[in-house]
Amino acid sequence: MDLTGASRIVVIGGGQAGAQALQSLRQGGYAGALTLVGDEPALPYQRPPLSKAYMKGEMAEERLYFRPARWYQDQNIEVILSTPAKSIDRVNRKVELAHGGQLDYDALIIATGSRPRVLPTKGATLHGVHDLRDLSDVERIRPNMIAGRKMVIIGAGYIGLEAAAVARQMGLDVTVLEMAPRVLARVTSPVMSEFFETEHRAQGVQIITGARLDHLDGEGNNVTAAIRADGTRIEADIVLVGIGILPNEELAKDAGIACNNGILVDRDARTSDPRVFAAGDCASRPLVHYARSGRLESVHNAIEQGKLAAAAILGKPRPAEDCPWFWSDQYDLKLQIAGLSQDYDEIIVRGDPKDRKFAAFYLRNGTLIAVDAVNSPAEFLASKKLIMLGAKLAPDVLGDTSISMKDIAAAALAA
Amino acid sequence: MTKIIYVDNGGTERVVEAANGESVMEAAVKNSIPGIDADCGGACACATCHVYVDASFMDKVGEQQEMEKSMLDFAENVQPNSRLSCQITICDALDGLKVTTPESQH
Repeated sequence: MDLTGASRIVVIGGGQAGAQALQSLRQGGYAGALTLVGDEPALPYQRPPLSKAYMKGEMAEERLYFRPARWYQDQNIEVILSTPAKSIDRVNRKVELAHGGQLDYDALIIATGSRPRVLPTKGATLHGVHDLRDLSDVERIRPNMIAGRKMVIIGAGYIGLEAAAVARQMGLDVTVLEMAPRVLARVTSPVMSEFFETEHRAQGVQIITGARLDHLDGEGNNVTAAIRADGTRIEADIVLVGIGILPNEELAKDAGIACNNGILVDRDARTSDPRVFAAGDCASRPLVHYARSGRLESVHNAIEQGKLAAAAILGKPRPAEDCPWFWSDQYDLKLQIAGLSQDYDEIIVRGDPKDRKFAAFYLRNGTLIAVDAVNSPAEFLASKKLIMLGAKLAPDVLGDTSISMKDIAAAALAA
Repeated sequence: MTKIIYVDNGGTERVVEAANGESVMEAAVKNSIPGIDADCGGACACATCHVYVDASFMDKVGEQQEMEKSMLDFAENVQPNSRLSCQITICDALDGLKVTTPESQH
């Protein structure tokens, strides 16, 4: 559908994807009415620092915001904050707002993000039990980030481990409970899990894997302990829950837009309704380098889909679809990930994890599909290019640190 | 405030009054300077805020850390005066700093 005549565009959700869509629309020359509706009270901000530098108090709040308030005025963008969208009327092309009122649209971008999974156990709503998703979560957590306090983290994914690193560095007594037999089990290989587990233990974090949480115990309204299924009691002044996220797809689903663990979109970020687009955590997209579809929970994905949606609405050529990439900062370790490592049949480790600088390459039928690079930006950046080209790589060359990554990449690109 | 001049690939100059303490990348993004993507928001994770630093300021913009050096190794069209603008912190000594953005960040 040609939407180049659109003069009313509404963006629901003020996260990374929504913010990018606004920017790309204006940068792309769209001069019509543009409205952002967001359920949070804050202007769009970066989430990654919330479990890293900002949580640690090393980054001023002002630096979280993508743009200052005056940018939205200068760009003539109407910003409606603290206001969830209630429903979408696709026949009359209106978005109903929770506090009353409605917005007409010619094109709509749903960038509603995701929400933390709720702990399904008793005590989950006690005072002192927190998610880590929004700026407001960090505001609640931070007053308790005091040396000597006991923090229990449920879930050893990236959020849990990043928070553990920050809390340890601030002198808290930190225990991480993970149900799986290893940390980061859902997202990476055993070699990386072992490296991060060893690192956190060396930093003084207590990590308990294969640990089933029974419930959270409290005194009055306040959490006091995590109780494992085997009865073990772990004292807690504060509990952080990081057990994954769920896509905020209900708004689309209730409007009859096709969803399946995420709002289904095509390569242009277009949903089953040609006037409606979805971008970021809430969308399930074609993963063009992997011949399947899925959700990506990442900055790269949010930015890219924001750009894709804007380009499709403005009738511009489709921007390049990058290989998925991610990063995580823990202590002085920068983990950079390119590609999706599920379905690998071979791992090549380049360098020695003991040096805290190494990379794990994931191959499938000899083709590079992903890399986890620890303090190894060259391995990360080279792999990004090689993955997109579907490069075949010889395992013995990849693992040979006497050959520079630059030379390996050049040889593979020339082949 | 410190004056930073951004020159785009076509030679157009844009002048920004930036606050000390923020990075050359942040000042660019806040002022809608085209040509600096800064996808990772300044975490030195993506190499999409590549700029060329004017020769007269090369000794004032600070040393490159190992991470930045390796990242730049894989950016497009790298020159001796290439830097990641998220790693340059604005201070009085940088008043009048001129940086040029490359043709593409990807």
